[in-house]
Amino acid sequence: MALDTAVRRNEAPVKKRRRYRGFAHSVWWFVIPAAALYVFAVVYPSLRGSLFAFTNWDGISQNPKWVGFDQFARIWSDPNGLTSIRNTLLIALAVTVIQNIVGLLIALAVNSRIKSRDILRVLIFAPVVITSIAVGFLWQNLYTPDGGINETLEAAGLGALRQNWLGNPDTAIWCIIVVVFWQFVGYSMVIFLAGLQGIPEEILEAAAIDGAGPIRRFWSVVRPLLAPSITINVMLSLIGGLKLFDQVFVMTQGGPGGATNTISTLIYSNAFSLGRFGYAAALAVVLSIFVAVASVIQYRLLALQER
Amino acid sequence: MFRYTWRTGILEGFMILVGLLFLFPIYVLVILSLKAPGDQSAKLAPPLQPTLQNFFDAWQQGGLGGALINSLIVTVITVAFTVVLAAAAAYPLSRLGARWSRFTYLGFLAGLLLPAQLALLPLYQTIRDLGLLGTLAGVIIVNVGGGMPFSIFLYAGFMRSLPAEYEEAAAVDGAHAFRTFWAVVFPLVQPITGTVVILTAVATWNDFLTPLLYLSGTDQQTITVAVYGFVGQYGAQWNLIFAGIIISILPILIAYFFMQKYIVQGFAGGLKG
Repeated sequence: MALDTAVRRNEAPVKKRRRYRGFAHSVWWFVIPAAALYVFAVVYPSLRGSLFAFTNWDGISQNPKWVGFDQFARIWSDPNGLTSIRNTLLIALAVTVIQNIVGLLIALAVNSRIKSRDILRVLIFAPVVITSIAVGFLWQNLYTPDGGINETLEAAGLGALRQNWLGNPDTAIWCIIVVVFWQFVGYSMVIFLAGLQGIPEEILEAAAIDGAGPIRRFWSVVRPLLAPSITINVMLSLIGGLKLFDQVFVMTQGGPGGATNTISTLIYSNAFSLGRFGYAAALAVVLSIFVAVASVIQYRLLALQER
Repeated sequence: MFRYTWRTGILEGFMILVGLLFLFPIYVLVILSLKAPGDQSAKLAPPLQPTLQNFFDAWQQGGLGGALINSLIVTVITVAFTVVLAAAAAYPLSRLGARWSRFTYLGFLAGLLLPAQLALLPLYQTIRDLGLLGTLAGVIIVNVGGGMPFSIFLYAGFMRSLPAEYEEAAAVDGAHAFRTFWAVVFPLVQPITGTVVILTAVATWNDFLTPLLYLSGTDQQTITVAVYGFVGQYGAQWNLIFAGIIISILPILIAYFFMQKYIVQGFAGGLKG
């Protein structure tokens, strides 16, 4: 397909190209409505938000004072600030690793000859289309001291493992990671599946005839061909993990004692409960830097692969 | 060549177990919603006397009907504007090689790097100052503006691979610019329009933070905000809460099961572009 278009593009006569350029030129103004809304809803407020990060603004006063990097320094002195950065990075990395490894294994399994593969695909993807609010409340109930998880452990004779899962700072953050994994592993699966289905069966058969077993076939044939799917999946889960808000906001409100705050929940509470707009803006700038760094790295990887 | 062997059988059995484990939360959701508050059955067992009373109560007490309609309005209008504006903007950006158009395209792409949290506070104030707090219009404007980078990215990538002969012929015939675009280019990009519609619709329907900011505490709520408020109000009455949650996710689940092929394609295909 791609080759096809490339050939066609090269063959297009110069004269024709000049003519359609004329038409596209005449409709340059098609860009204006989209650009206006984009500037209104994204560019202008993002620039203002970045400026707020250098002020002590409380959201009400008319004359915010310029305070330089004080708000950023405050992240270091605020125990919640450091915890939220640690949690955000932990969630993003853990979700990325777990979701992609398990997602790939599931994709390989449902790409095989098993008879239940279609129904499994539909079921495992289903949570992706459910709102995070519903998912969060559902799991909050499962994690309660007399909820589904503890009852199941009890029934399986593992009553000693009973916990107040979300009330314990050591387990709460991992509970959130499990929820995000459950919700989005189907997304990874689907992208890996699309990649797997692009691999012609003849190549795998040829490798099998040459004596390659299933593991060898995966590592030497499938894995290199899946590289773009891996990059896209890692990018999606990493950036989604960095921005995580809904599930935490619903399940723990950042608690117990701030132990599960992410940067996004801390932005929300500082801005809309505590009136610390300047501090919230500084946190948002830090989050943006994380997201930008992750995106640029991924983009470079993708560009390298496509060469 | 690769046939169903005893190994495949073992994999089949294992994957069915995985599937059941995966469904466990949904099982709990359903059985709890069907239990009366005083139900005597064991916690994880199906109800002895299943009842739909929780669903009636949740529907009436949570105002979920109105919230569902609001969600539908916000989703439909957001999708319509996103498709038209993004497709129109992507067209000249994908066809022109001029410096301003490349610069503008990169400007849109930069939006992919900016998390919504950065714009959150100033945008909230602007919407408030414009008197749009508590209106669906405010949410729609924020959604459409915020959705431009990704949708334009998808459209522009697709349009670059389209030959220009058709629109050229139409333009030579002297058709009006927007009509040419609408009648000739837009139908050709239908596959990517499907992707944009699906991704935008699912994201908008499920969105929580934007409607929470702009609509909470007013009588115009979307379904996610209504469920959030409903849970806050009914605290530990999980039977009732779960019935409300099922009502809130049922429309999108029904849509998913009927159109799962397209929806899955949208999610898997949108990102390859």
